[in-house]
Amino acid sequence: MLKAENLTKRFGGVTAVDDFSFRVKKGTIHAIIGPNGAGKTTLVNMLTGVYRCDEGTVWLDGADVTNTATDQLVYRGVCRTFQHLEVCGNMTALENILLGFDRYMSKNLIQVCFRSKRIREDEARYTQRAMHLLSLIGIEQHAHTLAKNLSYGILKKLEIIRALATSPSLILLDEPVAGLNPKETAEVADLIRTVTKDEVTVILIEHDMRMVMELSDHITVMNFGKRLAEGTPQEIKANPEVIRAYLGSGSFE
Amino acid sequence: MKHINPSKSLLFLAVILAIIPYFMSNDFYYEIAIVALFNAMIVVGLNLLMGYAGQISLAHGAFAGLGGYISAVLVSNYGLPPLVAIAVALVFMAIFAYIISKPILKLSGHYLAMATLGIGIIINIILDSEEELTGGADGMSVESLVLFGWEPSQSWHWYLLASLLLLLTLWLMENLIDSPLGRILRSIHDSEKASGSVGVDVSHYKSIVFVISVTIATVAGSLYAFFSGFISPQEASFNHSIELVVMVVLGGMGRLYGAVIGAAILTALPQLLTSFEEYQTLIYGAIIIVIMIFMPKGVVSLFDGIGKRSRDAQS
Repeated sequence: MLKAENLTKRFGGVTAVDDFSFRVKKGTIHAIIGPNGAGKTTLVNMLTGVYRCDEGTVWLDGADVTNTATDQLVYRGVCRTFQHLEVCGNMTALENILLGFDRYMSKNLIQVCFRSKRIREDEARYTQRAMHLLSLIGIEQHAHTLAKNLSYGILKKLEIIRALATSPSLILLDEPVAGLNPKETAEVADLIRTVTKDEVTVILIEHDMRMVMELSDHITVMNFGKRLAEGTPQEIKANPEVIRAYLGSGSFE
Repeated sequence: MKHINPSKSLLFLAVILAIIPYFMSNDFYYEIAIVALFNAMIVVGLNLLMGYAGQISLAHGAFAGLGGYISAVLVSNYGLPPLVAIAVALVFMAIFAYIISKPILKLSGHYLAMATLGIGIIINIILDSEEELTGGADGMSVESLVLFGWEPSQSWHWYLLASLLLLLTLWLMENLIDSPLGRILRSIHDSEKASGSVGVDVSHYKSIVFVISVTIATVAGSLYAFFSGFISPQEASFNHSIELVVMVVLGGMGRLYGAVIGAAILTALPQLLTSFEEYQTLIYGAIIIVIMIFMPKGVVSLFDGIGKRSRDAQS
């Protein structure tokens, strides 16, 4: 599915991501974990074209997508969410989801200005689908509430289903449960599990170890921009190097 | 968040525009009303850019003026029929807007304000100094408008023409805002990162909204030149550009009909204050400050309560 080779990113004297390679198998949930400052978010930003890679190549289904802009990647089936919420606060929850569907809707200026039949049909069809997505996170009743008036937990989920609206085959979740309470975390984990169901590949950046261990098929551990270890959750838990660098003892109680 | 049903607002405005002539006792009032209508058109376009897409322009007076000059020069110096001249001006300004939008809309906030400010001033200087074409600082006279053999000569002809054009612009913009394109523009205002993450080519849509906005300003600027029969670099001055921005903010950012209210107030106010002579600027400034303190969402927010109440009464 996705293969990254020798990715390197330097910020001045700091090498945030250093000769990093990994591959993600189709249909899996692949977690990337590591201490703060390990370069996880930088890696996501490189994969999604926010930062230019100083070195290295990103392959998507065999095609070179290095430094392809985020909005272009959406048309190749790659979508991402953000560590810090990027939800449009002055738009309603429904409109935020419809934004995800906008790539399928006509934006022809003439049709738009005269509100053609096509525009009205699109709107009706995708509003229905957006409502379905909202029902997945149980906030249909808040569909017409401005996003800025919704709780942080809801917005985190809203961002995920907005990404799903673009029908991605690969989705990158940058700390989807950061700042959430255990109940909300469990809800997000459920959401990720149900909606992806082996159809959508997930790259998950997360600090919540319980969730990572439960959810992921495969884990890559990063430290100082380098790959420290890779393997299944069981292998990672048992890896002495990982424990020393990051997990510490007693992380899994 | 639509407090008033959009098409109801449009009908309401149409009725008001139809009633106003009964209170017009002379041509002077007509003239103010027509200027207000043309200003309102420009402001509707500017509001699309500022209030919806969140990009500022301190050059819209200059764009309207340049559009007007192109139409005027083509008619007066080259003898083109007015409609053809306006069409040429439109195409030219659209291409011009697209080209300059690419570099300047990469900027945001104060930097974008500075860049558009610079462009506006450059346009003004060019109009001022190209004396052979534009008549320089003295301005130039513009031949009268003929539309398919009809020449609007009476004040009410122009009033009707300007009203219809404003209503048409508002209707088109209502549709645009309430569409996937409108949603994209608002998302760019809120979070460019979010728009990009769902596949919106932010720079492309910024250019599109800029072109639409400049095109509307060109239509209004051209017709204003024909209406007044005279155009000078004053139309393209920095003051006019600032006035237009203030109209947007005063009426209500991101509120379609706020633009109309803002334009009406700011066009009429200086005329109403002429009797105070030397205190005019002082009172003008005080009124604007008071409005901005007590109605930070613009004058149009006054109507929100009314719309809500009548809707509650219905349900």
